[in-house]
Amino acid sequence: MAAVLQLKEIYKTFHKGTVNEKRALNGVSLDVEKGDFITIIGSNGAGKSTLFNAICGSFPIDQGKIILDGRDITRLSDYKRAYDIGRLFQDPMKGTAPHMTIEENMALAYCRKTSSTFFAVNKKDSAYFRELLAQLDLGLEDRMKTKIGLLSGGQRQAVSLLMSTISDPKLLLLDEHTAALDPATAKKVLAITVDIVEKTQTATMMITHDIRAALELGNRTIMMDEGKIILDIKGEERANMTVENLLALYSKESKKQLANDRILFSTQK
Amino acid sequence: MILLIFGAVQLGLIYALMAMGNYISFRILNIPDLTVDGSFALGMAVSVMTAISGHPLLALVFAALAGACAGLVTGFLQTKVGINPILAGVLTMTALYSVNLFIMQGKANQSLFGHNTIFSMLENLGLSKNASRTVVVLVIAVLVAAVLAVFFKTRFGIAIRATGDNEEMVRSSSINANATKCVGFALANACVALSGGLVCQYNQSADTGYGSGMLVVGLASVIIGEAVFRHGGVTRGLYAVLTGAVLYQLIIALALKVELLPAYGLKFVSASIVTIALAMPKIKSIIGDVIKRKKEGV
Ligand SMILES: Nc1ncnc2c1ncn2[C@@H]1O[C@H](COP(=O)(O)OP(=O)(O)O)[C@@H](O)[C@H]1O
Ligand SMILES: [Mg+2]
Repeated sequence: MAAVLQLKEIYKTFHKGTVNEKRALNGVSLDVEKGDFITIIGSNGAGKSTLFNAICGSFPIDQGKIILDGRDITRLSDYKRAYDIGRLFQDPMKGTAPHMTIEENMALAYCRKTSSTFFAVNKKDSAYFRELLAQLDLGLEDRMKTKIGLLSGGQRQAVSLLMSTISDPKLLLLDEHTAALDPATAKKVLAITVDIVEKTQTATMMITHDIRAALELGNRTIMMDEGKIILDIKGEERANMTVENLLALYSKESKKQLANDRILFSTQK
Repeated sequence: MILLIFGAVQLGLIYALMAMGNYISFRILNIPDLTVDGSFALGMAVSVMTAISGHPLLALVFAALAGACAGLVTGFLQTKVGINPILAGVLTMTALYSVNLFIMQGKANQSLFGHNTIFSMLENLGLSKNASRTVVVLVIAVLVAAVLAVFFKTRFGIAIRATGDNEEMVRSSSINANATKCVGFALANACVALSGGLVCQYNQSADTGYGSGMLVVGLASVIIGEAVFRHGGVTRGLYAVLTGAVLYQLIIALALKVELLPAYGLKFVSASIVTIALAMPKIKSIIGDVIKRKKEGV
């Protein structure tokens, strides 16, 4: 099958040549296949978010190649890449414009793919937005003229999720997008995520610190450490993997004190 | 007295255009734009020279276009060159001082007496001086406000609004946020320069120093308008600014009339209004704290 995303030997060092020099990506290579739903785990500072930033073009990488759907996007500016990449952050405030209405926010996200109309908010698109919002089951379809800043974090994140998938991206990147929400809301947003990904079959990469969820969701799991991918499992190997084994593997491969780690902490919930 | 009120309303409507420009940069793009003082005088300079050559209507179009160019320069300096927004505005404004003198052929003043203006054109059609002035400024101010209100509902319009609200989100929607900023600044300074262009035809003279302090006058109008209308959508915001500018001129005219303050005190008053308005959140929280402490003390 054709790879949606190909990463070839990606290197990125921050503050090169200073005392703060930090090698954040240390030769990352990865093929994301069509329909892949990859969960990504790794300790704090492993380089997970940096990997997403590199894919999205937040900064130029030092070395390597990024190929999206057969097209080399290594030197493309961030907003041009965004045409085919949907992205969600941990902070629910990042994905939406607070002083604009739900409808206007969605219209903006939908701009790149919809037929061009004079007014951003129009009847045809609004009907579609309404339909999408109704699927969230949060009652937002009746509040389309509400400013997004008035919604709760969970509601904002749910709308952001719709916005980042509304124009059929080839790749969806989720960076701990439920970590800032209360447990009940997080569960709901995660359920919506799985639902959307299954429905649209968008290739998805999801960073999470919940190891259990990482093994349960999706079809493939990657572990990162010190800017490298140290584990990449799928199929039977993944099906047979337990949380305990993964943790053991993790400690063996990275030789780190597990007790200090957030991963262990989050599995004790 | 009636004449005084008429004059204040007319001036208010002209300055409303400038205030709308300030509203676009200060409130919509959320970036204070110091180009304003320069682009106001630029509008005057372009307008006066074009009117002298016999095209008072074209003068206004050229003034707006020149202002848009000035805005583009500031936008370019901020986005592509990466200069701090305040400094970018100051740089353009400073450079404009020379540009304006160049346009006015080295003279700091230019008179329009004896030349046709957009106002005298209407008078020639048989309207009284006061009526023609009122009609011209009212039509232009309301028209510009209406056009802007519609524009900010178009696709590019909401992209500009979103840029001031959450730039990151605009980029991730695959929209070039540098472009939306530049167009926003161009639009803002076009309004400002159009205002300058009209003032010069209204006063029948242009002065390269006239623009100084305009930014603060504009902001004062924005703030007064918002105090009257409270916050709302952009359309409401634009008409609030229009009202605010007229109110501001009325207040000033009356204050001058009853000799509450000398003419040279005007800039001090506008600066004070803006300062107090911007300090309001802080003042409120301090008062809130005091009240809370008193309650707890009881
Ligand atoms: N823009 C940046 N400038 C400097 N250092 C950075 C930057 N982004 C990330 N880093 C560093 O790179 C390392 C990896 O960070 P990150 O990718 O955010 O980790 P995580 O896996 O927790 O998401 C960290 O040490 C972080 O401090
Ligand atoms: Mg991270």
